[in-house]
Amino acid sequence: MIGLISYLTFFFTIALILAIAVLGLNLQWGFTGLFNGGVVAFFAAGAYGLIMLGGPARANEFGGFDLPYLIALAGGVLLSGVLALVVGLATTRLRHDYLAIATFGVAIAIESVARNAEYLTGGAKGLRGFERPLEAWVGQPQLYSFLFLCVVIVCLVGVYIALEKLVDSPFGRLLRAVRENERAAQSLGKSPAHIRLTAFVIGAMIMGLSGGLYATFYAFISPQDIAPILTFQIWAMLIVGGSGNNRGAILGTLVVWGGWVGSGWALTAFAPASMQLYAGSIQYILIGCIIVFTLLARPRGLLPERLTTTQYAESSVEKR
Amino acid sequence: MLQSLFDGILVGSVLALGAIGLTLIMHILRFANFSHAELLSLGAYFALTFDAVFGAVSNVLVQKLPWLSVTWSLACAVLIAMALTGATAAIIDLLVFRRLRRLAGPLTMVFASFGVSLIVRNVIGLVYGLRSTHYNNDIVFAMMISADPLLLVKADQIFIMCLALVIMVALHLVLTRTSIGYTLLAVSENPTLAQVNGINLGATVRLAWMLGGGLAAIAGFCYALNNQLSPVMGRDLVLSLFAAAIVGGIGSIYGAVLGGLIVGLASSLALIIIPAGYKPAIPFLIILATLYVRPNGLFGQSR
Repeated sequence: MIGLISYLTFFFTIALILAIAVLGLNLQWGFTGLFNGGVVAFFAAGAYGLIMLGGPARANEFGGFDLPYLIALAGGVLLSGVLALVVGLATTRLRHDYLAIATFGVAIAIESVARNAEYLTGGAKGLRGFERPLEAWVGQPQLYSFLFLCVVIVCLVGVYIALEKLVDSPFGRLLRAVRENERAAQSLGKSPAHIRLTAFVIGAMIMGLSGGLYATFYAFISPQDIAPILTFQIWAMLIVGGSGNNRGAILGTLVVWGGWVGSGWALTAFAPASMQLYAGSIQYILIGCIIVFTLLARPRGLLPERLTTTQYAESSVEKR
Repeated sequence: MLQSLFDGILVGSVLALGAIGLTLIMHILRFANFSHAELLSLGAYFALTFDAVFGAVSNVLVQKLPWLSVTWSLACAVLIAMALTGATAAIIDLLVFRRLRRLAGPLTMVFASFGVSLIVRNVIGLVYGLRSTHYNNDIVFAMMISADPLLLVKADQIFIMCLALVIMVALHLVLTRTSIGYTLLAVSENPTLAQVNGINLGATVRLAWMLGGGLAAIAGFCYALNNQLSPVMGRDLVLSLFAAAIVGGIGSIYGAVLGGLIVGLASSLALIIIPAGYKPAIPFLIILATLYVRPNGLFGQSR
């Protein structure tokens, strides 16, 4: 029983941390129509930023300032934002798929920095020795994991409410206006490039928060944690759930992450020994198939976006 | 330095072949196809398979071409691989992208292309194994052209460059001298106007996929001949291909050739200054620099 509870705590902690990143992506893709092909880069910036700022000092190497936890977390989030700004400034004015290429590239660049810049990121062995906040004070590890899950839930709910408010605000309508018809938005005197950049940076910072929480949970980050597949997993979560719907995004995360963990378990348990080596490939094919088939068969996901044209025109809306 | 220049041109000519198909599709169908690089791997592995098939069928074909490590069976296999890869590209379009073109916008196709690339790459891994292989396990010695500055060259590498050059010239002739070429250029410049003039858009799009796939197969074969075959070679090349297409300007075939050479040279020369571990990030820096300085590339038009 204790085993089951602690496993469920673990499962939900990771799933809900990822759900935060999915919400960030939903702001970019779901509401603004921005293609982010390098989610993992912003996730990584948050994670590495946190541990570099809040971790213990390392001999002869940069980082390890031992800053208080919240400041370090905010630093990581800020780092993601700056990264997004650099990529966004170059691309939000241009052809929309340039952003896809540039973000895909930034993920590769960040991964190669994480692997190689030992003085900064610890290289392939990663950054260890991070002390999780209040861990010594709480004492009992199981209680700590449970409390940590609670913190993650609080963060998720906080981000969810903030995003719902944002999307409902005039700015949120502006986002959808840019997504649906850029020219029309422009004709109303709005600057689509500016709006897109803002949404892109905010979304990236939410991904940074998710990365920071992830690094806190493991008290460790290495290039293994920021493999490119994470981007595709997060994408799959969003479209399965329904892009443009924050509740759908969270539901999609649970479904896809459950499927990922479940398929991994099933492959280890039932696949013949000769196939074990290929378990990863099979799981990747599954993710690829989920993406392609959802786009073809159910492009609006499990919980589709609720579209309203105006609050006064009730009848003509839901059919689209 | 001289060696870096040579390697840069070699890699660049391979990238150019791969980028031509990418830029064509990006221009005609208006979406960045992230699965294009997987066509390179697919072509390289098709060539491996048919090399084995032809080698088993006839003893004569096992003979090597003079000077090279390429056998006659492999040379024939490359032709089959081109056709098969082109057909695969057209089939993928039929199954996935064409439907999405009707249902949704170009960014959804970008999205699906990520999914397609995951599927293709990992199916290759499942079928051929995850380990990297070679067409030929003989050790090929490089000739020393000059000792100072050092320049080592393999006959295969000269062959790759000549092959790339021949194909580019052939492509140039096809595009400027034949009606097929005019059709492609017309559609890539203005699909609507082309249709008004009686060009069959669906057939031309299919043709573009087959052409792009065939060129990708040759590029994949050349890359694998110079390096090795591995299921992840597409993933390693995808960003360089995009960099070549963007530097040259989306839609410009000659831009893609020049862009490929520029990206190849820049990547090779950058390694003199930058540690080799950062090599994957170089195309990204080239892309970012291009987008800041000259967003439409060398020959691209703004749209």
